[in-house]
Amino acid sequence: MKLAFQIAKRFLTSAKRQTIVIILGIAIGVSVQVFIGSLISGLQASLIDSTIGSRSQITITADANIANYDSLITDIESSTDNITVVTPTFTIAGSGVNGSLSENVVFRGFDFTTANGIYKFDELLSEGNLPTNTNDIALGVGLKDSLNLSIGDTVTFSSPVYGDTTLNIVGFFDAKVLAINDAWVITPLTTIQGIVGEGNVVSSIEMQLKEIFNDVTTKDEILSAIGSTYNVTTWTEENQELLSGLNGQSISSLMIQIFVIVSVVLGISSVLAISVLQKSRQLGILKAMGIQDKDASKIFLLEGFILGIFGAILGILFGLGLSYMFTKFALNPDGTPVIALQIDAGFIALSGGIALVASTLAALSPAIKSSKLSVIEVIRNG
Amino acid sequence: MADILTLQNINKTYGEKTKNPNQVLFDLNLSIEEHSFNSIIGQSGSGKSTLLNIIGTLDKPTSGNLLLKGKNITSFNKNELADIRNQQIGFIFQFHYLLPEFTALENVLMPYKISKQPLTKEIEDRANELLDLVGLGNFKKSLANNLSGGQQQRVAIARALINNPSLVLADEPTGNLDSDTTEKVYELLRQINQKFKTTFIIITHDRHIAEKTDRIIEIKDGRIYMDITK
Repeated sequence: MKLAFQIAKRFLTSAKRQTIVIILGIAIGVSVQVFIGSLISGLQASLIDSTIGSRSQITITADANIANYDSLITDIESSTDNITVVTPTFTIAGSGVNGSLSENVVFRGFDFTTANGIYKFDELLSEGNLPTNTNDIALGVGLKDSLNLSIGDTVTFSSPVYGDTTLNIVGFFDAKVLAINDAWVITPLTTIQGIVGEGNVVSSIEMQLKEIFNDVTTKDEILSAIGSTYNVTTWTEENQELLSGLNGQSISSLMIQIFVIVSVVLGISSVLAISVLQKSRQLGILKAMGIQDKDASKIFLLEGFILGIFGAILGILFGLGLSYMFTKFALNPDGTPVIALQIDAGFIALSGGIALVASTLAALSPAIKSSKLSVIEVIRNG
Repeated sequence: MADILTLQNINKTYGEKTKNPNQVLFDLNLSIEEHSFNSIIGQSGSGKSTLLNIIGTLDKPTSGNLLLKGKNITSFNKNELADIRNQQIGFIFQFHYLLPEFTALENVLMPYKISKQPLTKEIEDRANELLDLVGLGNFKKSLANNLSGGQQQRVAIARALINNPSLVLADEPTGNLDSDTTEKVYELLRQINQKFKTTFIIITHDRHIAEKTDRIIEIKDGRIYMDITK
């Protein structure tokens, strides 16, 4: 092995230009893989974050309002370890009325200490404060304009079922989603409980997950803990299109990576095959001097391995450099990167590892060729 | 003196399975004594190089036996033959065949490294001595490519001797050298034969050179035509 390594190293260093070209070839392949991989996982992460990052990922409802929700939440939390936050919510529909102006609203009651873990209302607040007292509310900025409201005003919530309630405006929020800004009115749970008049009940329990793609497993765990009298829905059940979009992205990313690997393998393989031809004279000499066939083939396997190591390291550096430049130069008008790349050490190591294995495998056919090379052919052909 | 090498009824046919098989050696019988200095002469196409390749285990005879130090090695497998080439036989070729990527000293040490023994001070000293012996003490660190033809051939001689082989096979070792250098190389081979008691078989088409050896074997049309011991 030591001799084969020495010879491989010398063969590579004595043909510096060729070696550099191969290493650059591998490096470009690896860097494209690292860059595309980081780009697509960044893209997916930002897509997931913007679509379901501030929403309930598993929602539990029942046919009637849920009375014993505190103990239910305790049961849910102990049924699985895939939950980051659980919060009770109470939602009713009606109209917001300010004098002659009226809009359909979704009136949502929250326990803000936990609800902020999902909806981040504290960060979305554009004016005033979050409501803390019963009958205090905050509205989406769309409603502020359409109902012509400002902080300190009162507005009437009107419902054919529950009648009219006067509410105090303490804040406005901007969720960056038109449908929410134009419809949501948020308040402490007690406001809605007072309007509905069924006591300490809620309409649903919402939660977010650590591993969002394990939602169905988590749903099963919860169902087996709380029983099937409850309806449990997960974000993937409600977002089949998003899910197939994400899958499509993953597959296209995989395809790109496979083609990059294939081109790296073909490149190395063909260059090493030429190298075997170039070195057939040397191999003949070594064989005449008694080198064993398996050691002769190791020379080329090691050449592939060495090229792979340097190519992978350089490629990772290139890829990181490319990613860094992308986040510095491809910017939104506000100065944030168009796509926040997701640099995943595991993925980078995997890309490097694949390049290394691919380079070594690419050297396999030249190695077999060199092992089969007959001395006598070389001697006879000079 | 005992025979180091015995050839029994060696036949060699190229393209055996084709329509026009070409037999180049016919029932050849030959014994070479230990420590002797021999030449094989013959015109090109006479089969002398084929014979040397068979003796050197680089090629296999179609039939017949090859005995090295009394042991029949005809049926040895590739790895066993590689070991024999490494340990028992030194090769010197017309086109010297050094590894151009390595220095003179590294080339000389290569057969030893192939034997996978640990590199010792003794073996490095031996390599240096051999390079001194062939008059290349000042070129040890030169890349093989940067040496002249004669110098490269002398490195090849030192390389052939590093593992202390009992037999050195030389195929037209001075074929592409000028007459002065040719003379020096032969003197060197003779000197080594006397100093290390190494058996030499030298192939040449040059009668003038053959006459300087102790035994001349002439091959003609694949058969031994003449065998003279001085």
